[in-house]
Amino acid sequence: MTRDIAVVAFAQSDIRRTTEESSEVEMLMPVLHDVLHRTGLKTADIGFTCSGSSDYLAGRAFSFTLALDGVGAWPPISESHVEMDGAWALYEAWVKLRTGDADTALVYAYGKSSPGHLRDVLTRQLDPYYVAPLWPDSVALAALQAQALIDAGDTDERELAEIAARSRRAATLNPHAQQRGSHPQGDYVVTPLRHGDCPPIGDGAAAVILAAGDRARELCDRPAWIRGIDHRIEAHSLGVRDLTDSPSTRLAAEKAGAFERPVDTAELHAPFTSQEVVLRKALKLDDSVRVNLSGGALAANPVMAAGLIRIGEAATRVHRGEADRALAHATSGPCLQQNLVAVLEGDPR
Amino acid sequence: MSKEPVAVVGVGQTKHVAARRDVSLAGLVREAAQRALADAELTWADVDAVVIGKAPDFFEGVMMPELYLADALGAVGKPMLRVHTAGSVGGSTALVAASLVAARVHATVLTLAFEKQSESNAMWGLSLPIPFQQPLLAGAGGFFAPHVRAYIRRSGAPDNIGSLVAYKDRRNALKNPYAHLHEHDITLDKVRSSPMLWDPIRYSETCPSSDGACAMVLTDRTGAARSPRPPAWMLGGAMRSEPTLFAGKDAVSPRAGRDCAADVYRQAGITDPRREIDAVEMYVPFSWYEPMWLENLGFAEEGEGWKLTEAGVTELDGDLPVDMSGGVLSTNPIGASGMIRFAEAALQVRGQAGEHQVDGARKVLGHAYGGGSQFFSMWLVGADAPDS
Repeated sequence: MTRDIAVVAFAQSDIRRTTEESSEVEMLMPVLHDVLHRTGLKTADIGFTCSGSSDYLAGRAFSFTLALDGVGAWPPISESHVEMDGAWALYEAWVKLRTGDADTALVYAYGKSSPGHLRDVLTRQLDPYYVAPLWPDSVALAALQAQALIDAGDTDERELAEIAARSRRAATLNPHAQQRGSHPQGDYVVTPLRHGDCPPIGDGAAAVILAAGDRARELCDRPAWIRGIDHRIEAHSLGVRDLTDSPSTRLAAEKAGAFERPVDTAELHAPFTSQEVVLRKALKLDDSVRVNLSGGALAANPVMAAGLIRIGEAATRVHRGEADRALAHATSGPCLQQNLVAVLEGDPR
Repeated sequence: MSKEPVAVVGVGQTKHVAARRDVSLAGLVREAAQRALADAELTWADVDAVVIGKAPDFFEGVMMPELYLADALGAVGKPMLRVHTAGSVGGSTALVAASLVAARVHATVLTLAFEKQSESNAMWGLSLPIPFQQPLLAGAGGFFAPHVRAYIRRSGAPDNIGSLVAYKDRRNALKNPYAHLHEHDITLDKVRSSPMLWDPIRYSETCPSSDGACAMVLTDRTGAARSPRPPAWMLGGAMRSEPTLFAGKDAVSPRAGRDCAADVYRQAGITDPRREIDAVEMYVPFSWYEPMWLENLGFAEEGEGWKLTEAGVTELDGDLPVDMSGGVLSTNPIGASGMIRFAEAALQVRGQAGEHQVDGARKVLGHAYGGGSQFFSMWLVGADAPDS
């Protein structure tokens, strides 16, 4: 007998190119207040807290230790942190609730890309001996993947442009998005990717509250039940992976039960247009599924929070009754190396 | 809802040294992981998920190194989580891995923590300039020395206590083949006459900078039944956090540490830790933290911890041995240091601790802390399976 666990609240900051005027704590605090306010809970009511972030964005070691101040961690709280996107912090919290040690969890994530040069910073994720010294940046690596897809006949530049346009059109209804409405595809950044195929670089934070069983029903009119959640990683080296496919996404989706019944809505963490092509194929999403109604990562991609935002956006649509069975996806690493899939459902209406 | 009991069936460490120039990061972690698997007599295929931890990425200069290390740890096609809770991370990492088993998400989990400080420069990694924030006061010793002085003032401890701890831990390390510092000519006088770094902390009372990794294989009841060697059973585990700096903080005995220990004891049914717990692997990076944590963890009344140290209670042959392995004072690959405490506790109750084995150790506490005494993680392991 396992317990049912749901996303009961979600909040996010406006995602912006720079937030020079505020520290990470200052960026995070309104989001934490917002998500707690939605449930009426206080910090002291939360059973477990988990966050996701990366020191390399802040440019300092132990950057997350001060972010904890924003939670108001006094008296001391049961708390943990993953140096990953917040979607994986949510996974850790989900496991904790499954043990029965806690009934509620606060999950948050944040990333400020503006203090550094994100394309350069992300090169430091790569194999430190053979690849990182060459400084291949994130757009160049995504372009390799896009070219492989085009060469395989899986997509073309026109389809990529349509994905970009559709995403940013959808984002006009998302008040937090960074790039909304019509946006020119522009020149090539790295062939075959044009400006429009790439995500904006931005700062932002997000937070989610999870609750188990009856506690979830008390806190939310229509909880977004996590029917399944799983994540898988692939080999790091691009030379040993088929970049036109994402077996880790497919496996995670299978383990999360995504293929048992069709979903009506999907939030995909695809920072580049070409990656949506890969993910749609791996997740077997056809045109009947509404994909990235929020605009997705092409409209706002705050590194380390963008995956958690996908889960939050999908859950919010379940809360509002706009979706009954939604899929949320998060990714990490170069060219979709690591992927997480969650399936969220509302109670039958 | 009952949790699945969690058992430690494999432990592996590297020989900790100042610089492992013969291996890459991948080579280092794989060595510890393979030793843990060999101890459990399992293969990579038996592992359902990998949970990895380390202290700041700036210590090696690799951002989110779990991505690059996925291949070396046999994680391809599996779930892989990366935990980071500052100095307590090795302990937290083990606890996250244990939760996966306890929640019955996975049956067998490989957990590993590492630091390869020689790849980069830890001092520089901690010294990146941040606007509007005070610099780190010349390393961790500079941060913690005032708290040690506050402890001495509050407790009235004589000034030789720190030297006694360091002398004991460095002698214990001589019995541990994996320990970094093997000071065969150590004497109490040498500790006492070593240079003063951050008053009252002397050179010989501080931890070294090490390269090293530690791994454990955690499994469920079924997996434990197949274990070729006695398992260590997790009887309780907890994490607690509080802010680094605020007016009400007791930096000498943080409430997060006391609450964390109390939670572990409650889970394990411990009402008198001093009597019921046989030994402690405690996170003591600066010698004076032994008496301080003895009080924080409930082994002594406030102000009395130093008396246990002075009376020899914490010696390897004492009534409550502390840091039988030589502790953080002898071995400090930062991200792994917490997991080494947890793993050494497991070795003790399994009777696998070799020359530094405590006779009849049935219940042993593993302890870690991090940040500015801000993050705590602990577990209590036992030779007998938990009730239920």
